[in-house]
Amino acid sequence: MIDGWLDFLPRLLGALSLVAVAIAISVWQRLHLEGNMLIAVVRAFLQLMILGFALQWIFGLDAWLAIPFAVAVMFTAAGLTAGSRAKGIPHGGWLATAAIVVAGVLTLGVLIVLQVFPFTPRYIIPIAGMIIGNSMVVTGLVMSSLRDALMQQRLEVETALALGATPKQAAAGQLRRALATGMTPIIDNTKTVGLVALPGAMTGMLIAGAEPLAAVQLQIIVMYMLVGASAVAGLTAAYLCFRQFFSGSQQLQIPQEADKAHQ
Amino acid sequence: MAVRGLSVALGDTDVLTGATLSARRGAITSLIGPSGSGKSTLLRCLNRLVEPPAGTVMLDGVDITTIDVSLLRRRVGLMFQQAVMFPGTVADNIAVGPSYVGAEVSPERITELLRLVGLPEDLRTRSARDLSGGQAQRVALARILANEPEVLLLDEPTSALDPRATRHVEDAVLHLNRQLGISVVWVSHSVDQVARTAHDVGLLAAGRVVEFGPAEHLLSGEHAHLSGEFAAGRFDEGAPVSHHRPEETG
Repeated sequence: MIDGWLDFLPRLLGALSLVAVAIAISVWQRLHLEGNMLIAVVRAFLQLMILGFALQWIFGLDAWLAIPFAVAVMFTAAGLTAGSRAKGIPHGGWLATAAIVVAGVLTLGVLIVLQVFPFTPRYIIPIAGMIIGNSMVVTGLVMSSLRDALMQQRLEVETALALGATPKQAAAGQLRRALATGMTPIIDNTKTVGLVALPGAMTGMLIAGAEPLAAVQLQIIVMYMLVGASAVAGLTAAYLCFRQFFSGSQQLQIPQEADKAHQ
Repeated sequence: MAVRGLSVALGDTDVLTGATLSARRGAITSLIGPSGSGKSTLLRCLNRLVEPPAGTVMLDGVDITTIDVSLLRRRVGLMFQQAVMFPGTVADNIAVGPSYVGAEVSPERITELLRLVGLPEDLRTRSARDLSGGQAQRVALARILANEPEVLLLDEPTSALDPRATRHVEDAVLHLNRQLGISVVWVSHSVDQVARTAHDVGLLAAGRVVEFGPAEHLLSGEHAHLSGEFAAGRFDEGAPVSHHRPEETG
């Protein structure tokens, strides 16, 4: 254990020297990013250390009860983060959390029922992390782009409403575009996987000494699973969110806070 | 359409403060007034794009809040200052309103609607986003007509058009009013346009209808100063006509 830490220290210092270069560039170019970089470096260190100790403890217990507990923590953190991206949407934080929970529960449920992974903390917690993290990014993207589209294209939406469209019909184009915006990164990643960069799960397995073919098999499952989770998260977020922009009697109503967030 | 005691506030600003008005069936009723007097908001209350917290709007004696909103908006069509064209051809755009209720518009009907607004038949296959401003406004009008409305609400549809395109839109509306008996409520920025088109005129100031009556009465004789002052931009909120009472007809 001590040996492990002694090994870690010089490698950590080596990596930190690269952060120092980034900070030097920020100071030199007056980017004013050095404060944020320091916060990010310290936060990443603390968060990952806590996570490492927590996972070590949980994996040691090997109790399935740890799974719902860990997943609930991830849902809360992801909901808060995605909600903060969806500024100006009434109840944005709750809606984002709901979308992430729906996508997470559905995707994990399918994987567990089909026994794609063994139902043990060692497998399910990292997999849940990938699904929830990915759903969080898609949810934030879909909600913010839907908000911006509805605000930029008010006249288009109101023209459709004035011709007798329901809110869903009037905002169909904006809903489609927001979903496409949210889904494009994961589809592009899936298309170019292995051509541009080795993806995270596979890289981890390779570094840990796994056979390349075993690593590839896992990565294929992970990519397909993330495409499914993104679609569910994006769709749920879009439909929950667009209702916030229409009144019960089908008027487009841009919340004042959305106006500010958009500017 | 009868409007009684409409009040609307947008943010901290009172836009309508008890507006009352009656638009006769089959007539062209023009609304004029300085910018910020609440004309557009009043118009939007008539098809519930804006929901007034106070006051009532009646269509043929029926409170419009008791009518299904989508149905109301097909019966009371609104033409905006700027015509938004949806992706696709002119024919696709004209068919969009009926498509919301799963109905189709026949090619013959599209030709007929184009003719009604004074546009040539061969425009139907043109991309709607390639049209000139005047053509787009007339396609927007045809698109509303495809819903077979009883009332047309016009929100300064000619304010961005040149005089020739303006005349084309005016002619199309006058034709629809005469031939099909469609009632029109027309927010206009031009007293000359009102004189050319309106049967009745309502004058708005500070969120109220301060004058209402037949066009020939309001635009000439003892009231002529109103339109003159409006045209000259001297018609400020609550200013020279605040002592006049709104006149109700119909």
